[in-house]
Formats: sequence, C-alpha cells, structure tokens
Amino acid sequence: MTESPKDLKYTREHEWVRLEDGAAVVGITDYAQEQLGDLVYFDLPEPGTELRQFEKLGEAESVKAVSDLFAPLSGEVIEVNESARESPEIVNSDPYGEGWLVRMSVADFSELEKLLTAEEYDALIAAESEE
Amino acid sequence: MGDEKDLRKSPLENLHRRMGARMTVFAGWEMPLQFKGIVEEHRAVRWAAGIFDVSHLGRLFVTGPDAESLLRRAFTFDVARLGHGRGHYALLCREDGGIIDDLFVFRLEEGRYLVAGNAANADRDRDQIARLVEAGMTVRLDDRQAQTVMLAVQGPQARGRLSEALGRDLIERLPRRGCTEFELLGTKAFVSRSGYTGEDGFELITSVTAGRALWEGLVAGGMQPCGLGARDTLRLEAALLLHGADIDTSTDPFEAGLEWVVDLGGDRWFVGKEALLRRRERGPERRLVCLRAATGGIMRAGHAILRDSEVVGALTSGGFSPTLGVSIGMGYVPVALSEEGTRLDVDVRGKRLAAEVVGRPFYRRPQ
Repeated sequence: MTESPKDLKYTREHEWVRLEDGAAVVGITDYAQEQLGDLVYFDLPEPGTELRQFEKLGEAESVKAVSDLFAPLSGEVIEVNESARESPEIVNSDPYGEGWLVRMSVADFSELEKLLTAEEYDALIAAESEE
Repeated sequence: MGDEKDLRKSPLENLHRRMGARMTVFAGWEMPLQFKGIVEEHRAVRWAAGIFDVSHLGRLFVTGPDAESLLRRAFTFDVARLGHGRGHYALLCREDGGIIDDLFVFRLEEGRYLVAGNAANADRDRDQIARLVEAGMTVRLDDRQAQTVMLAVQGPQARGRLSEALGRDLIERLPRRGCTEFELLGTKAFVSRSGYTGEDGFELITSVTAGRALWEGLVAGGMQPCGLGARDTLRLEAALLLHGADIDTSTDPFEAGLEWVVDLGGDRWFVGKEALLRRRERGPERRLVCLRAATGGIMRAGHAILRDSEVVGALTSGGFSPTLGVSIGMGYVPVALSEEGTRLDVDVRGKRLAAEVVGRPFYRRPQ
C-alpha cells in the first residue's frame, strides 16, 4: 500500500484536508476511492453551507454503493469542485489533486488536532485492510 | 447465509486472486466482484469481449426417455417446442403462479437436457423438478455444479475470440441460443450461444482443468476478466431480470412482463398452470417498469417510487448505467402508471429524484 501524503490531515472516515491560504481543501483519500470503486456521482453542499466537524457533508456514489462524506472541520463552504461534480472519475484518478471536493473556511484551527496524521491514518487503513 | 466456512468457492478462485480480484459473497458463494473496475469491465463487454466465471450458477443435466415429459410438467415454457441443439429462457413456478426461478433450458439431443438456473435457487430447482418424477419414469437428474466450471464469454468480439481458442467451425456454426457438446482437453464440454448481458456471447461448462486452461488462454490473449459487478450493470441495462430482486415467489410472470415465456395453450399440465390461467384472465394490477432518472443521484434497489407525494412502488433493481451515464432501475408500479413517458419520482435517501418510465430494455446492442 502506498503511503498517504505527509502534508495532509485525515479523518477516520477517509477524508483529507489541506490548508491553503487559511482555508481548507477537502477530498477523499486514495484508499477511499479504491474501496468505493468507480465514482459516478457526488452530492455536495452549495457555497455558503455551514458545516460542523465530523457531521455529514454530502454523499459519494460509486457504481457499487453510496457512502456518506463527513466534514473534517467546522466552517463554511466557499467553493465546490465543479469538475468533480461533472466528472466524478477524476476523484478515482487524482484524489489528492484535481479530484478535491470542497474548499471551506476554518472556524476553529484547534479542531485540526482532532484529525489524524498521515502515519496515524496509514496505520488505521492497514488495520482495516487486515479485517 | 451461513458463516464463512460454509461459503462455496469457484474452482478458479486462486486464478482470480492472482489477477487481483476483489471478492464478494453472493448467494452463498465467494466470487469476484471486480478485477480492474466495474465500469471498465462493463465497457469491455459492450465494445470488445469479457470473460466471467459463473461457476456459482446451477447446472442440472436431465437425461432419459422421460426427460421431456418431466420437464414439460416443470416449466411455464413448453420444452417440446425446443429443437435439438436449441435453448430457451424458462420459468419454474409454484402452484400459485409465483416464480421459483428463471433459467435457461437447453435440449442437447433426444432425451438429454441441461437446465441452467440461479445460484441461490439451484437446490430448490432440482428439488422442484425431482418431486415431479413419477413412478415408472425413466429419467436421471445429474447436478454437475460441483464437478465443473461454468464460464461466460460475452461481447461483440466473443465469437471471434472464442472461435480461435476452440476451433473455428464449432463456434462459427452455433446459432443464437444454440448449444452443442464437444471435446475439450479430453473431456466433454458444453457450449451455448447465450448469456445475460445483452450482448452476443457464449456460455461454457467444462471440467475444472479445461476451464482453467480456457480462462488462462483467453485472458492471456487480452480478454478482460469481469466480475459480478459488471454482470449486474450489464444485465440491468439490458433489462434482464434478477431472481430474488425483480422477480421471486411473490411475483407472477404477467406483472414481470414475462408472458412470452408462459405457454398456456393445449392440454399440457405444468405446475402453476391453473393459477396462471386465472391470473391472466384477471390481468395484473401492477407492472415492472424501466425507470430512467434525470441527472443527479443514483437510485438503488429498495428506494420508494413516488407519484406526487404518494408511494406507488419500490425499485427492485437500480444503479448507474455506464453506457447511458445516468441512473436506471426497475420496479413495480400500478398498471395505470406503467405507460412509457410517465413521470415519477424516486426517494433517494430523502431526496426526490425525477425519473421517467422508458421502454424496455434500456440498452439494445446495435444490429
């Protein structure tokens, strides 16, 4: 299994967060896209939506199944990746780059401490894969 | 479902794992869900060719002088209509007309038939046929599920690729829904020109050794191995029914649009005939329809079908159509709402998704 990027933080539900200019870019991990398989639809919140950490952000639909997405932080949705909405397969091919999902403001930076580091996240998915 | 130790496995399991298959449990069998990915496998079958391991399917050889009279008592379809070397879709019903299984029956020669049914129903099918054997009948039921491998090779290139692998004449000569037996690596093998993907294709039953060699040869030649995930999206696009989802013992052939496989004429008796005559007379109250969603959201089996705010049915199958690029599904609605063009909604986890009743199938292969 490839290691997760070190410059990101992760949730136990397989979202990642990258801080950019004081805002948070959110996506799903490579492991998550791999597990979900071919992604075909994202239900994502409109800009202006207030999110609370670890509450439902939206849904990811693959050919196989639907999966809830969770907000890694509290804040307001600033921008939605329209490319991911129109061509969900880019999340399969580039989950940490072109396949980001939403950009949000960060209401409380101390919430970052509740997220996992890359090492912690890799340990989590290693344990999940063994099940 | 039993615990994991009771799971049945395909004889090709180690080949699948070596190819990186993601496995799934279906009808008590652990089978490949996908190899490269459902959409890629789906497209391979629509545009080139794919190979499926369908060793979980039932395969019962019925042999003997009374095989025909036995099977005429078992199916809604009259097997007396089958020529030698021909197969047909058929239904096994209960006394009340409910559908025990949908399957294919092939007439290999005089007094020799193959019945190929669903994995989950294989034992039930055999028991249902066996209980119709009467004293004095000479007929043998030979369940070959445990000793053989069953493969499906499907897609526009299936005929050419399989011809090369097996010897050209045999495959080239086989008509649609035709079947024959031949020798493969020293053992008797069965091939039919049939399938459940909406494409031209073939199904083969052969020894484990020969099946393994055939799988390896075709895959080494570039044919895409496909799993149950693509099998489901392909059959749904072709609006082919899945027993246990779209039809079961609580549904009858008329509401499911399967009247074409029910022969009610003549004095032939079969299980369920009286009930089906009454049901046909009365006409169905609901019909299985094909629903195509507007963009935005994926409808799935179990989701409620709505007309205005009233629940009028539920989806029995649903998912994403890789060919059409939108969600499609099937479900039962009152007859008055079953006309093509009827606009309905589907409750996708609390959100309303607009859908329209469309003609069956969703996808038809270009002739």
